Amino acid sequence: MPEFLGPFLEVLIGGLLAGILYSLVALGFVLIFKASGVFNFAQGAMVLFAALALVRSIEVLQSWGVNAGLAIVIGFLFSGALMVALAFAVERMVLRPLVNQEGIILFMATIGITFFIDGFGQQIFGSDAYQLDIGIPKESIFLLEGVFEGGILVNELDLWAGATAGLLVLGLALFFQKTRIGRALRAVADDHQAAQSVGIPLNHIWVIVWAVAGIVALVAGTIWGSKLGVQFSIAQIALKALPVLILGGFTSVPGAIIGGLIIGAGEKLAEVYIGLPYFDGGIENWFAYMLALVFLLIRPQGLFGERIIERI
Amino acid sequence: MVAMQAVPQAAAPLLAVNGIEVIYNHVILVLKGVSLTVPEGGVVAVLGANGAGKTTTLKAISRLLKAERGEVTKGSVEYRGERIEAASPSDLVRRGLIQVMEGRHCFGHLTIEENLLTGAYTRRDGQGQVAADLDKVYAYFPRLKERRRAQAGYTSGGEQQMCAIGRALMSNPRMILLDEPSMGLAPQLVEEIFEIVHRLNREAGVSFLVAEQNTNMALRYASFGYILENGRIVMDGPADSLRENSDVKEFYLGLGEGGRQSFRDVKHYRRRKRWLA
Repeated sequence: MPEFLGPFLEVLIGGLLAGILYSLVALGFVLIFKASGVFNFAQGAMVLFAALALVRSIEVLQSWGVNAGLAIVIGFLFSGALMVALAFAVERMVLRPLVNQEGIILFMATIGITFFIDGFGQQIFGSDAYQLDIGIPKESIFLLEGVFEGGILVNELDLWAGATAGLLVLGLALFFQKTRIGRALRAVADDHQAAQSVGIPLNHIWVIVWAVAGIVALVAGTIWGSKLGVQFSIAQIALKALPVLILGGFTSVPGAIIGGLIIGAGEKLAEVYIGLPYFDGGIENWFAYMLALVFLLIRPQGLFGERIIERI
Repeated sequence: MVAMQAVPQAAAPLLAVNGIEVIYNHVILVLKGVSLTVPEGGVVAVLGANGAGKTTTLKAISRLLKAERGEVTKGSVEYRGERIEAASPSDLVRRGLIQVMEGRHCFGHLTIEENLLTGAYTRRDGQGQVAADLDKVYAYFPRLKERRRAQAGYTSGGEQQMCAIGRALMSNPRMILLDEPSMGLAPQLVEEIFEIVHRLNREAGVSFLVAEQNTNMALRYASFGYILENGRIVMDGPADSLRENSDVKEFYLGLGEGGRQSFRDVKHYRRRKRWLA
């Protein structure tokens, strides 16, 4: 085995696993964009909001003497319900009054939602950094010790995150492809007027996608919160989902996942092999955006974005 | 219940539009008092040139108008004796009134079969019934069965029109508002589509309100016709008498007293007549 391969794989795997977290946020964007054509700037804030609700409700329950396991289950149910309630509120108070407005107006509205959720969430749940522990092991483990000297260092939490993301994507894919509602969601994504003409009520569909995006945000928030602690910066990191979307395509669920992996691995590898030797490090923070820019020039619909079917 | 039975069902038309006025964006007056009726089991044609208000009339009935910032500001629309100006499109589909939009509007990234199944979205009578109806649609449109796994976006214009009609059929409708089915199709296909409309009407008892520019074809298959110009009904009557009417022949069928006329003459005559009127 060549000597450089061990460290390389370690960086690569670390990057891929970090990328999964970007994927999870990007996934929420894609769901809403597909079904309503709205670029939901608030997805990052929703991740923070869900994570705050989860960590704080578990804390409160435990302070009432509920045992840890039960508190986590109830905490999840509570925050899930809260995200669904948020979906109803957004549909009722924002999407419905703005129906048929330009995309840019809806985009601006979601920026408004972002500030509201940020402020409101911290108002009721507090603005400190909270430790989230739902029993996912966080030990670092060594893989392939027989093959490489010293093995490859991997955080167990990241492996859990990968498995969760995989399951989530599988579940969503089945939901979209096999169920009546999923089919309706794809129909709305294709042509919302035609969807309306066959009797699919757009309002219900919006509530459903925002609720699903809320649940995805809860999953992302849980994993991120476990890794970094629940704090305001989570909403900021969520912006990394933007280059992921540009890379993977705004309309593709697999694109969001693979885009996230590429960005995650790319920025870690760039940091180690380009940043540290030549620039004193720190390129990790902007590498993803540069990659996205290059992609915009070459392939603006992204790797997996839906091709516009045009018959001549 | 008693009061409802007191209404003579046979006398009430399936659809009655009474003097509706439609305004887009609060300022643009598109329909200036349109009235028409469709009897149960009838095929009625709405004819007229581009921009006459045919599509707006259909959308006012199906309530798709609301999504385009259009509003019915005067008049009423009654379906099976009930006012429907405040209903939602999905509510109307559930009650058996569905529109097939102009330009087909299939879901391009869904397969033909998935397209058809979206038509059954509002139904609550179980998978078995829906599957049976899918077979029925395939029986009417064998071409769709062959192409069931193809993405609708990659199928031909005729197949897409069949898909759009088949999709509407999946909702188990009593009445279909069919907007410009002939658009962009070869004459032979247009005939095929109208033949199927005819069969659906006779065999499945579906009533149709068809908006068409292809006056000749529409009047061959409809029993009654209305002619729209500038948002007003300017003429109506049984299809046979409309076909024999000299003005209709002149303006819409391109036939003059002495047989076929040059297009230029028709236009000229028509323009002058408008000014005089």
